[in-house]
Amino acid sequence: MKVREAKSTILFNILAYIIVGFITLLCLLPFWLIVSGSFTSNQSIILDGYRLFPQEFSLDAYKAIFKIPKGVIDAYSVTIFVTVAGTLSGLLLISMGGYVLQRKDFRSRNKFSFFVYFTTLFQGGLIPWYILLTNFLHLRDKIAVLILPSIMSPFLIILMKNFIKMSVPDEIIESAKIDGANDFRIYYSIVLNLSLPGLATIGLFLGLHYWNDWFMSMLFIDTPSKYSLQFFLYNLLNGAEFLRNLSQGAGVYDSVAIPTETTKLAMAVVAVGPIIFLYPFIQKYFVKGLTIGAVKG
Amino acid sequence: MTVKISNKLNRKESDLIYDFKKNKILLLMLAPVVVFFFINSYLPMVGIYYAFTKFDFNGGLFGSPFVGFDNFKFLFQSGTILKITVNTVLYNLAFIVIGNALQVFVAILLSEMSSRIFAKVSQSIMFLPYFVSYVIVGVLVYNLFNYESGFVNTMLQNFNMDPIDAYSTPGLWKFVLVALYIWKMLGYGTVIYLAAILGIGSEYYEAAKIDGANIFQQIRSITIPLLVPTFIMLFLFSLGSIMRGQFDLFYQVIGSNGLLFDATDIIDTFVFRSLKMNFDIGMGTAAGLYQSVFGFIIIITVNWLIKRNHEEYALF
Repeated sequence: MKVREAKSTILFNILAYIIVGFITLLCLLPFWLIVSGSFTSNQSIILDGYRLFPQEFSLDAYKAIFKIPKGVIDAYSVTIFVTVAGTLSGLLLISMGGYVLQRKDFRSRNKFSFFVYFTTLFQGGLIPWYILLTNFLHLRDKIAVLILPSIMSPFLIILMKNFIKMSVPDEIIESAKIDGANDFRIYYSIVLNLSLPGLATIGLFLGLHYWNDWFMSMLFIDTPSKYSLQFFLYNLLNGAEFLRNLSQGAGVYDSVAIPTETTKLAMAVVAVGPIIFLYPFIQKYFVKGLTIGAVKG
Repeated sequence: MTVKISNKLNRKESDLIYDFKKNKILLLMLAPVVVFFFINSYLPMVGIYYAFTKFDFNGGLFGSPFVGFDNFKFLFQSGTILKITVNTVLYNLAFIVIGNALQVFVAILLSEMSSRIFAKVSQSIMFLPYFVSYVIVGVLVYNLFNYESGFVNTMLQNFNMDPIDAYSTPGLWKFVLVALYIWKMLGYGTVIYLAAILGIGSEYYEAAKIDGANIFQQIRSITIPLLVPTFIMLFLFSLGSIMRGQFDLFYQVIGSNGLLFDATDIIDTFVFRSLKMNFDIGMGTAAGLYQSVFGFIIIITVNWLIKRNHEEYALF
C-alpha cells in the first residue's frame, strides 16, 4: 500500500533490528557456550578456556555420562513420573476448583477465593512448613513430596478461573442445568471441552515447574536414586567440582580420565534437551496464557 | 456499627449454609483446593511459635523453652536483619524497575518492526531462558566466570587484559545477579507488554499518521502513555512481593560462598541456611516471620494507597 517509507521509519527499523538482534544473540549465547563446550575435549578447555567454537572436537563428555547410566536413568525416571503425575492431578484439581470459584450461583465463592488468595499475602515461612512436612506428615524421602506441595498455586487457580470465565458463557451452564445435568457433569462434558487452551497453558506451567524443580529434592530427599533430574545435575556439578579439586590437591591431576568440566556441560545439555525440543510447540501456549492473564489483570 | 457487622456476618454465614444445602457437588469439587491450602499454607502458620523459642529437637516440637522476642532482638542487634532486608529490597527493586523498563522497550521495538518473521523468531529466542531451570543458570555462570577457563577470562586474555577472580569480588555479583534475572525474565515480560500493545486500537495510529506523526512520535505519544496502566499494574503486583527474594537465583549462582554474602545474602537464603546448615530453627523462623509480617504490611499499605487514588488498579 505504502508508496515509500518515511525516513524516520527506516531509521527506526535499522535501530530496532540492531538492538533486537543483539539482545537475541545475548539470549542465545550462553546456551551456545554450553553446547559448544560439551563437544570440546576437556584438555583444550583447560588449556584455552571456553571458546565460541570447540578448539578440539570430542564426544568424551557424552561417553562419560553414558558410562554412569544408572544415575541418569533414575533421575530421568523420577522427573518424568513426577512431571506426568503432578501435571495431570494438578490439572484436575485446579480446573475443578477454578470452575467452582467462577460459578455465579456458588454463593460463597468470594469467601473461598479469599481463602486461596490470602496465602499469597501472608505465610508461615519455610521452616514451619518444612517441619510440618517432615515431622508431622512424614513426607521426607518420599516421591510424593516432590509432587504434592507443588500441585496447585493461587496464581494457577486464579488464572484457571479467569480462563473458564472467559471461555464458558454462563448461559451454557444455565441451560445445561435446566436440562438436568448435575454440576460435575457440566464440568466434565462442557467446561473441560470449552477451556482446552486454558488447560494446556496451566498444564504447561505445572509441567515446566515439575521438570525444572530441584529445590524439593534438595530439601526432602536423602536417597540419591530418588533425586529429580535437576538436582541430580546440581549434585553432579558440585560433586565433579569437588572431585577435581581433590585430585588437583593430591597432585594426581588426570584430565583425560575425568573430563569433569565437559561432563557438567554435557549433563546440562541432556537435562535441557527435552525442553528445547518441545519448546517450539509449547511456547505459543505460554504466550496465550500470559496474554489472557494480562488482559484480565 | 455492631449491628451492621453482625448483619454482614449472618449473611455470609447463610451463604455458606446455602451452598452446603444446594451446591453439595460444587463444594465437593472445591474440597481438594481447600484441604490443600489448609494443610500447605495455613497449618504452617501454627509453627510461627518456633520464632519465640530457643528451638531444640530434643525438647520435642512444642517443648522447647520459650524465649519471647530474644531471637528478634539478636537478629536486629547483630545487624543481620538490616543487611539482608536492604539486600532483598534493593535487588528486587533493581529487578522490577530495570526489568520492566527493558521489557517495555523490547516489546515496542518488536511490535513496530517491519519484518513479522524476524520479530516472531527473536521473541521466541528471548523467551527461551525462562524455560530453563536455575541449575542450568548456575552452569552458565560457572561457565562464564570460573577463573581458569571461564569465557569472560578467556576473552579478557585474548585482548591482553588481566583475568578477573570473580568469586572473590563481591561487588561484581550485584551486576551479575541483576543481569541474569533480567535475562531470564525478559521474554516473559515482553509477551505481556506485547499483548498490551496489540490491544491498543489501530485507529489511534491511523489518526496520528494522517496528522503526519512519524513513528517515534507515535511511540512517544500513543504507545508509551497507553502502556502506563499495564506498567503500573505489574509494578504494584511485584511491589507486593518485594520482601520475597529470588531464592533459586541466589542459591544457584552464589551458593554457600560466604565471601560474597555481604553483597548477596537475602532473607530467603538466610532462612534456608538457618534450616539446613546452621540448624538454628528459632532464628530462621524469626527471620521468616519478620519477612512475612513486613511484606504483609507493605502489601496492605500499597493496596490502601491505590484504592484511595485509583480504585481500578487495587489488588483486592
